[in-house]
Amino acid sequence: MATITDPPAEGFRLSQLIYDTRYRSMTIQVVAFILIMAGLIWLVNNAVQNLAALGKDFDFGFLGNRAGYDINQRLIEYTNNSTHGRAAIVGILNTLLVAVLGCITATILGVIAGVLRLSKNWIVGRLMTVYVEGFRNVPLLLWIIVIFAVMTEGMPQPRDFRGDEPEATMSVFGSVAVTNRGIYIPNVLFTRSLGGNEMSEAADGVPAAVIPAASFGDWALFLAVLIAGVLGSGAIGRWAKAKQEATGVRPPGVFWMRAASILVPAIIVLIALGATLDYPELTGFNFSGGIHLRNALIALWFALSLYTGAFIAEIVRAGIMSVSKGQTEASSALGMRASWTMNLVILPQALRVIIPPLISQFLNLTKNSSLALAVGYMDVRSTLGGITINQTGRELEGMLLLGVFYLATSLIISAVMNVYNNSVKLKER
Amino acid sequence: MKKSVLLGTIAVAGLASGAAYADGHSSGTLAEVQERGTLNCGVSTGLTGFAAPNAEGEWEGFDVAVCRAVAVAVLGDASAVEFVPTTGQTRFTALASGEVDVLARNTTWTFSRDVDLAFEFIGVNYYDGQGFMVPRDLGVSSALELDGATVCIQTGTTTELNLADFFSSNNMSYEPVPIETNAEAQQQYLAGACDVYTTDASGLAATRATFEDPSAHVVLPEIISKEPLGPLVRHGDHEWGDIVRWTLNALISAEELGITSANVGELLGGTENPEINRILGTEGELGSMLGLEADWAANVLAAVGNYGEIFEGNIGESTPIGLARGLNAQWTDGGLLYSPPFR
Repeated sequence: MATITDPPAEGFRLSQLIYDTRYRSMTIQVVAFILIMAGLIWLVNNAVQNLAALGKDFDFGFLGNRAGYDINQRLIEYTNNSTHGRAAIVGILNTLLVAVLGCITATILGVIAGVLRLSKNWIVGRLMTVYVEGFRNVPLLLWIIVIFAVMTEGMPQPRDFRGDEPEATMSVFGSVAVTNRGIYIPNVLFTRSLGGNEMSEAADGVPAAVIPAASFGDWALFLAVLIAGVLGSGAIGRWAKAKQEATGVRPPGVFWMRAASILVPAIIVLIALGATLDYPELTGFNFSGGIHLRNALIALWFALSLYTGAFIAEIVRAGIMSVSKGQTEASSALGMRASWTMNLVILPQALRVIIPPLISQFLNLTKNSSLALAVGYMDVRSTLGGITINQTGRELEGMLLLGVFYLATSLIISAVMNVYNNSVKLKER
Repeated sequence: MKKSVLLGTIAVAGLASGAAYADGHSSGTLAEVQERGTLNCGVSTGLTGFAAPNAEGEWEGFDVAVCRAVAVAVLGDASAVEFVPTTGQTRFTALASGEVDVLARNTTWTFSRDVDLAFEFIGVNYYDGQGFMVPRDLGVSSALELDGATVCIQTGTTTELNLADFFSSNNMSYEPVPIETNAEAQQQYLAGACDVYTTDASGLAATRATFEDPSAHVVLPEIISKEPLGPLVRHGDHEWGDIVRWTLNALISAEELGITSANVGELLGGTENPEINRILGTEGELGSMLGLEADWAANVLAAVGNYGEIFEGNIGESTPIGLARGLNAQWTDGGLLYSPPFR
């Protein structure tokens, strides 16, 4: 006899929240969410209470106050009468400077080392292995300090360059001074600067002369002309390619036309502005004139480049090895040279694998630049996050601003690199 | 789900760490120190004569003596001190966050530190001023000849600001080399990476004393600032501030009244001078007013000696640092040391 019973009509029981798989994940998420929010509220509340207990308020007004301290490396006008806000901007620019320089040299170094590590030449391959493992496995801070110490302790003092028989002489035809305070290199100045030139006073026997100077406008003009030249060169290239595809014959002298379109306008601008080289000269305690690359910048730049370069080398090697050997064989079967195989077949495919991890290396390098503190490089961590916080006692505000700056910079770098990544990644249709 | 668990854990961890932080401010510093059994004292990372570990690894120096004196007053034990080395940049955060109870790190008393940073300077234990040191063979005899020089400077200090003011008011330029600690500054200066090292004159003398050849370096005659150095505590806990202040005053008064570590035991037997009796606790209730034992000051003086003894033992003319008393002599000897009366 079959009895048909309805499934027991159960109501919703609380235990179902834990034991019923339909509800369990929801329960856990809700509980976690409540805990996190409670934690956040508690932390903020705690901070507010403790700040109040210490008699501190939360105020960004200090950014408008006089800073009172000096910064040695500044890319924009800054004196000790400027504000803390401006000091922070000077620091931000210094951070960006070393980050950009570091990213460029690390990429160049990394690509070269990565390709050479795959070299069939045993010595070259092993040398690159030593470089990669040596730099990758020792903390960055040590490399920064080592390079800084070598520069400080190993190089001659400026006063060693003085006298008839100096202990040290300037290198590269007397134009570059390598001292223990940094490297002085010649600077380009203009005698017909767009920002205007001052005249030196005429002394007996010496007529008044124009003092070379450089303004933002000069370099903006030069850069604009240079970029226009590069775009023009690209247009010539496309024209030549179209002609080649249409007629089968490549027009003669394309290389020279492209080179001329870049160089000729740029050189004309330099001559029109009256470009001269300003050599470093020993005056008083230090060299003056030229560009002073301080030890701190050099140590930080080199260490960041060499360290990140070692990681990039491995990424490049992985990218190249991800392209199957059959591709190389196919391309040599078609009669392509080794260099064409690398440039036209392997690298374009390897880039897809290389770019995403490369982005995170750039981000690492930018954030690692805050180790500048160790060698007294005045980046944003040292100005806003160091001296300003110390002089004003605004730890919370300063650290929040620093965090926001690094976050924004990193997001911008990854956004830009993602655009590039989209242009080289595998097109799926 | 894994993610949720992870976030939950982070939330709990955050709560726990926050709770630990909040507890630090719930009760008075005195009760906290007595419960803990040690005094957390912020000192410099190493400045010979003021605060540096000796060959046995024990901290000693002029600032260290202040820490020890407070430890004796509060805990009755000169060795019950946990020394926390701080740099010019980390010292104020260490004090504000409660990591240290007293900061005795040749710190200049300024308006903004006292008022805006919400600290309480409890007095001056060394009247100082900022000076310059240069190698003798540089041939410089005055700070006004330093136009264009490269200057090593500890960041996060008042000297950094004085330096900027001095050079701009004299229409001179300079190249600052920012440095974190005195040891680093010494290394950079000796390597010739800077022409000049500037800090408080006492710090210069202490640094020079550690050089291989101290006579090859000169301290220039210009003193460009007032640097009253003193210990400080957090604002708001006045009982604690009073204890540290009157411990320092006891050291100073003791020298004025001739109480030394040698004769304090004898004087405890009673003297004709009522002020000595009040300091040593044989008369009056000064100790209990501070919430301490009656013989707190006697213990302090027996353990670390009076101001003069501390000065002579650590930085005075008989030590390699060789600082003269100068402004730091008793007011009766033409100096600035002047303790309010114990009454």
